[in-house]
Amino acid sequence: MDLVQAKPSFLIRLNPLDWLAALLLLGGGAYVLDLYGAHMDVYEKAILIGAIPVFIGFAWRSNGARNLMGVVALMALMGISLYHGDLARADQAFFLKYFLSSQTAIGWMCALFFMATGSYWLGLLARSDFAEKVGTSLTWSAVTMGATGMLVRWYESYLIGADVGHIPVSNLYEVFVLFCLITALLYLHYEKRYNTRRLGGFVLLVISTAVGFLLWYTFSREAYEIQPLIPALQSYWMKIHVPANFIGYGSFALSAMVGVAWILRSKGILASRLPEPAILEDLMYKAISVGFGFFTIATILGALWAAEAWGTYWQWDPKETWALIVWLNYAAWLHMRLTKGLRGAILAWWAVVGLVVVTFAFLGVNMFLSGLHSYGSL
Amino acid sequence: MTRTFARNCYELLSSMRFAISLLTVLAIASVIGTVLKQNEAYNAYLNQFGQFWFPVFESLGLYSVYHAGWFLTILVFLVVSTCSCLFRQAPQMLQEMRSFREKAKESSLRQFAHKATLHSALGTNTAAQRANQYLSVEGFEARTNQGEEGTLIAAKSGSWNRAGYILTHAAIVTICLGGLLDGDMPLKLQMMFGDTRPANSGLSLSEIPPQSRMGPAHWSYRGNVFLPEGKSSSIATINVGDGILLQELPFELMLKKFHIDFYSTGAPKRFASDIVLIDKETGEHFDRTIEVNKPFAYKGVTLYQASFDDGGSQLQLKAHSLAPGSAESLVINGEVGTSLKLTRQSTPLTLELVSFRPINVENLGADIVDASTLAKLSRHMGSGAKSPTKRDLRNVGPSIDFKLRDAAGQAHEYNNYMLPLEQDGRGFFLAGLRESGAEPFRYLRIPADDEGKLDTWFALRALLTNPALRNAIAQRFTASAMKGDAISETMKTKLTDTAARTLDLFASGGYEAMDKFIVDTVPKAEQDKAAEVFLKVLQGATWEAWKLQRERQHLPPLTVSQQHATYVTDLLNSVSDSFHYGAPLFIELTGFDEVKASVIQATRSPGKYIVFLGCALLVAGVFCMLYIRERRLFLLIKDSGEVLLAMAANRKTLDFEEAFARHRDNLAQLLTEHDHGPRTS
Repeated sequence: MDLVQAKPSFLIRLNPLDWLAALLLLGGGAYVLDLYGAHMDVYEKAILIGAIPVFIGFAWRSNGARNLMGVVALMALMGISLYHGDLARADQAFFLKYFLSSQTAIGWMCALFFMATGSYWLGLLARSDFAEKVGTSLTWSAVTMGATGMLVRWYESYLIGADVGHIPVSNLYEVFVLFCLITALLYLHYEKRYNTRRLGGFVLLVISTAVGFLLWYTFSREAYEIQPLIPALQSYWMKIHVPANFIGYGSFALSAMVGVAWILRSKGILASRLPEPAILEDLMYKAISVGFGFFTIATILGALWAAEAWGTYWQWDPKETWALIVWLNYAAWLHMRLTKGLRGAILAWWAVVGLVVVTFAFLGVNMFLSGLHSYGSL
Repeated sequence: MTRTFARNCYELLSSMRFAISLLTVLAIASVIGTVLKQNEAYNAYLNQFGQFWFPVFESLGLYSVYHAGWFLTILVFLVVSTCSCLFRQAPQMLQEMRSFREKAKESSLRQFAHKATLHSALGTNTAAQRANQYLSVEGFEARTNQGEEGTLIAAKSGSWNRAGYILTHAAIVTICLGGLLDGDMPLKLQMMFGDTRPANSGLSLSEIPPQSRMGPAHWSYRGNVFLPEGKSSSIATINVGDGILLQELPFELMLKKFHIDFYSTGAPKRFASDIVLIDKETGEHFDRTIEVNKPFAYKGVTLYQASFDDGGSQLQLKAHSLAPGSAESLVINGEVGTSLKLTRQSTPLTLELVSFRPINVENLGADIVDASTLAKLSRHMGSGAKSPTKRDLRNVGPSIDFKLRDAAGQAHEYNNYMLPLEQDGRGFFLAGLRESGAEPFRYLRIPADDEGKLDTWFALRALLTNPALRNAIAQRFTASAMKGDAISETMKTKLTDTAARTLDLFASGGYEAMDKFIVDTVPKAEQDKAAEVFLKVLQGATWEAWKLQRERQHLPPLTVSQQHATYVTDLLNSVSDSFHYGAPLFIELTGFDEVKASVIQATRSPGKYIVFLGCALLVAGVFCMLYIRERRLFLLIKDSGEVLLAMAANRKTLDFEEAFARHRDNLAQLLTEHDHGPRTS
């Protein structure tokens, strides 16, 4: 009967590092609650408490996620401790100035993402497994630096003033960094899951484009300056609405790039190097279903927030309307695949067109249309 | 015949083709609504599209797409279509969820794409028992059926996947229904079949007829209550197309105080209204503070902080005449939002006090120019908190916006600051002017005098533009210029003439007039030199005018200093510009008594909870549909020891291929294994 019990229980498969991660997350959460609980409302506490099992879940499911959390926490704490509560130290302390202050860390993220893109393409074109492995490491490093930068930025915002401090997901600059991080993490997950590094070049291309935008935004608009929150954004909803949305956007971007790979392969370009069409189709479907789930939640959370802040859950604001169009687009995509059994070129092209719609909803609305979401404006 | 027709209609309605077409139309209509700005003033659309297209687009409802009849009709059809689809498919889905298909025949199992033939070395019963145990560990529910062909174990997992279908479609229907209840569908019906009519938005509240007033029992609405500080109201205004409706609330609201707090950057930090709510029925009082993101709900009506406005601030103003030679001024008191009739030299003039701002935060910092790319890079490194460009944000004090309308109805817009603004180390009063709202303001920069006031400027301007004093000033100029030098009478007269002529020219149109005179009368080669002389004479004459002004007002004599010299230059520049001010008056803000008003949005939306229920169903449904995998596994164990394994899933994914391979290998091993002890592979 041993075969019946051959599948070991989930908890038994955990190693000491997993338990350590869980312990640190629990301890850290409790410490934060104790330290800052007096300044948090009940919803913020609920979000913090709810986030702990989610992060423990990530740590237990994936060693990569666990190690990332550990390293990022260590680096962010080091950055924070180097500040001694004084913002001017960002230009004086060596490690802050060149590695750990938020702008510098995000700058490193940008550079590492560019290098990762180059590595993946080198690997793909020169048929070098080594270059692809380097690409993976560089992507992990980029995510590490980016996440550190975001956490340090969060802390820096409180150094400006206790009333200014807020989670860095409040304007276009911050969500672009978030988009890069989430897309890269999703890609790394699928890279491991499907055991192929061949798609790195494609997905990293989207990330590099976002990074390019981020650099333009930094140098010509100086958009990175931490701004205090306008009254409409001062709500716990922001902490869940925005990240949920970007898991959606990131997944959709990923599926579109897999769609590009599918199309190239079907035209005989890089055909011998890219994964089987069946794998690409499966990946596209997985990414879209993850994205769709989170996008649905994000839109609903947005409606709940709107009901509280603007007095109505839906008022056909351009951003809302485009979110609906994005949602309808992917709902139709899923219908076609699931109920009509559609496969192949149409779905691949559709996923690519989907990214155009998503880009418009994400950026175009802010650039060309006006409305209530204007704090994300260019 | 009719039966087939009805049947066809039902088929069409419940088809996915139809639903997808509806969704496509809905998506396109939504795009129009985002591209064309909705619910603007009708005049703006008329300007944008012209006489011909304006009525066409109006009849299509494009100015309010999401409230247009056809848009709502599509939504209704979508609900009907989704309902009939649900009605048609749900029984089948429920059946699928429950059924184990334990009556499946071998022949049909052999049709499966995923099948394998295994061999059991155990008896049928032992094999069935082991298989059942394995399946239950793997999360399957199983039924065993002893049939003629052998023992069939029919197992399934993830049946909730099918429920996802029902949940999502029910959710769409629920959300649309809730939305239709809260939308303006009920109001549209009332306007179509009842006698409700929106009133002209230009009317004052008391003039609005009863058919534009809705009682407190009204089912669903969203209106704005305008509340100046210290006032109360129980009426909300609802905008309907180009008109308005008045909504009576079941309570009275009184605004005690409206707060705006600012961050150090000048960005708003908090908007809050301290209100008292008085229940009309019970007379109960509730003291509450309503803030953005912190609404207050009472008896089904939710109150939100929507915006704010001026509630009729009292302004103390001083109107200075800009007529040549005139130093008159007039003290006026006015309320923001009202008009005052002023008469200037028997021509009527209307002063419209548009708005008042107690605080203006301006960036007085200068731009940074980087020496090198490296310097630029390093400037953008470090913390995200530092101000990238040099920034010096300062509150430069109150300002007013007003219009001066002449007898012909033509108006210019003005924007005047109360306090001097520091520029290049000197104080200037900024006075903005523009012809229409579409242009930016052009500012007249009037230098502040030693006391930081406007008075000296107006006094000197009056002296310099007064023809009666021109000769007197010119003579004083000559006397002072020739002090100690013995020169001929003719020279003196010539110099006095030149000074008088210069003043005359300047008073007729500032530097522009002097420039024109020089270009017209002086040979080209000597123009620069002539301009220099004219300017010197003008400055000298201005000094004399200033001395004269101080003598007349019995002030101590004027001291000569760099500061005063700069003042003279600034004064001449601004007086020259003031000839283009476009108004016979300059309105100075001397004092104010601010009254704020809060705009509170009152919403009644009973459909909200239906929509939220729909949202919950939708999330549950999407997760069931996309993340629960439905699997069916059949094991036909024959007495011969042959075991037929077949697997099916409603989604063909790679996971399924992997799962099939895993179950096949595990079962093959399990059914051949004799040893019950620990394995030693």
